[in-house]
Amino acid sequence: MPAPGHGVSLEEQIDQWRSYLRRRQAIHSVDVAELEDHLREQVAVLVDAGLATDEAFLVAVKRMGDLDTLSREFAREHSDRLWKQLVVAPSDSGASRAAARTDAIVAFCLAVAAAVVIKAPALFGVQLDEDAGFYARNLSFFVLPLLTGYFAWKRRLDPGTLRWLAVAFVAAAVFANVYPFAPDGSTEVLTALHLPIALWLVVGIAYAGGRWGQVGGRMDFIRFSGELFIYYVLIALGGGVLTAFMAMMFESIGIDVEPFFASWLLPCGAVGAVVIASWLVEAKQSVIENMAPVLTSLFTPLFAAVLVTFLGALLWTGRGVDIERDMLLAYDLLLVVVLGLLLYSVSARDPRSSPGVFDVMQVVLVVSALLADAVALWAIAARITEFGFSPNRVAVLGVNLILLVNLAWSAVLYIRFLRGRGSFTGLERWQTDYLPVYAVWAAIVVIVFPPVFGYI
Amino acid sequence: MEINKDLIAASSTPIVLAILAEEDSYGYAILQRVRELSGGRMEWTDGMLYPVLHRLERLGHVEARWEVAESGRRRKYYRITSQGRAQLAEERRQWQAVDATLRGIWQALFLPVPTSHSASAVPLPQGS
Repeated sequence: MPAPGHGVSLEEQIDQWRSYLRRRQAIHSVDVAELEDHLREQVAVLVDAGLATDEAFLVAVKRMGDLDTLSREFAREHSDRLWKQLVVAPSDSGASRAAARTDAIVAFCLAVAAAVVIKAPALFGVQLDEDAGFYARNLSFFVLPLLTGYFAWKRRLDPGTLRWLAVAFVAAAVFANVYPFAPDGSTEVLTALHLPIALWLVVGIAYAGGRWGQVGGRMDFIRFSGELFIYYVLIALGGGVLTAFMAMMFESIGIDVEPFFASWLLPCGAVGAVVIASWLVEAKQSVIENMAPVLTSLFTPLFAAVLVTFLGALLWTGRGVDIERDMLLAYDLLLVVVLGLLLYSVSARDPRSSPGVFDVMQVVLVVSALLADAVALWAIAARITEFGFSPNRVAVLGVNLILLVNLAWSAVLYIRFLRGRGSFTGLERWQTDYLPVYAVWAAIVVIVFPPVFGYI
Repeated sequence: MEINKDLIAASSTPIVLAILAEEDSYGYAILQRVRELSGGRMEWTDGMLYPVLHRLERLGHVEARWEVAESGRRRKYYRITSQGRAQLAEERRQWQAVDATLRGIWQALFLPVPTSHSASAVPLPQGS
């Protein structure tokens, strides 16, 4: 250790250096501690070699390397940390503030465009209440192309990729509208439900902007999707409160706002809010980033407790699962929720930290969900011939199997990670690589199911 | 002499893995070992070692743990994993192929090699 006379000033200098490092978002405090240990050792060695402490400090800092380059190297390795600063413009520079304003204006214009687009068919006599089927099938086309356009503009996509995205949308529009669906048939409902899922992948490719091939790019898209959902729910809640007040106040002066609400405010607000929510996620990432992991860590133990209790009750009472025709849908939704919890905690977790209690909880959650689903599948497999193969049942069964495969292999990888046999990166890779499977299945339901089942 | 950046970046993985294959170590000591092995010819900017170590950790090639060093400070030690050893063997095969190719062409050219620029200017990790 340096001579006591210089000790104070060295500590001050190191404090200052540490606070410089801490300002870099890509360098976390644990890394600062590691670098500080290095710096101190270097200083000690130089002081032993005969340098004065302040000289030794200067040399040590110089050897550590230029802070900008260093923070860039850290950011390149820890791209997940950079994620929050990628799009959030630093508030101190004028140029980036202007860019943020342009971004806000573009997002607002696109939201207005989405509102106009959803009202456009009404000009040609296609009314929302009378042609619900048309609107349901085409819901994706009122907002997703605009959202894709927003990201294409933001990420400066090359024309080649853009052309493929456009082809995907046109092909989807053709399939959604040329099939002679029976009125209120189940294949029409299936198309309406699955088309957005298939097209969400197209939005994802635009969102990732050339990074779709990388695990990090797809993981960012998963984060984005979840946070968009949270923002959208928040906006919808706020909108609900607003309309409730509006209805109440106008009623007091004898004006009924319900027709205006049903034909203008609700549809325009619903599509516009998707674009606005996406923009908010992009602009306020660091705020919301703390929310999704909190929600996940709150509900993971609760869901795990419910599922374990359910399995316990099933074993204790020895009752079979009374599988109704639509019961499997409920199990699908359960698996989706569990997958969501898993995806979220995977995307928010630092892949370097070692396994903890929460990871065990996560595995318990996934395994118990798989067991519950296996029981339900067993029950339905026994009676599938009795029920027959309707398009709904095949779709629900297919989704169930896809989710089952996803979660089962995730559980295997997670357990391997807990036992120190594999890295967390393997789990991330599996989750992100599996994404296209959902889109492909959704595309199959949209394209193959209607003709196979006779458009019923 | 200056070794170009790309070469330093490419060789950092095998060098770090090889040093860790000798024994568990930490950032400062790894850099000291690099200087020692290269006779001071490989100058890494100190800070740049850490992103490399973190990448190897993420890929599962090394494991890290915090310990209290004899100086009383907390220090992050790295240990090579069995996966890391496999990676090191693979890297070694690749670098030997590169080295053999270069040796072949140097001999074919009959280039007079200045002593300070000997073939060992880019030291291959001979650890493990």
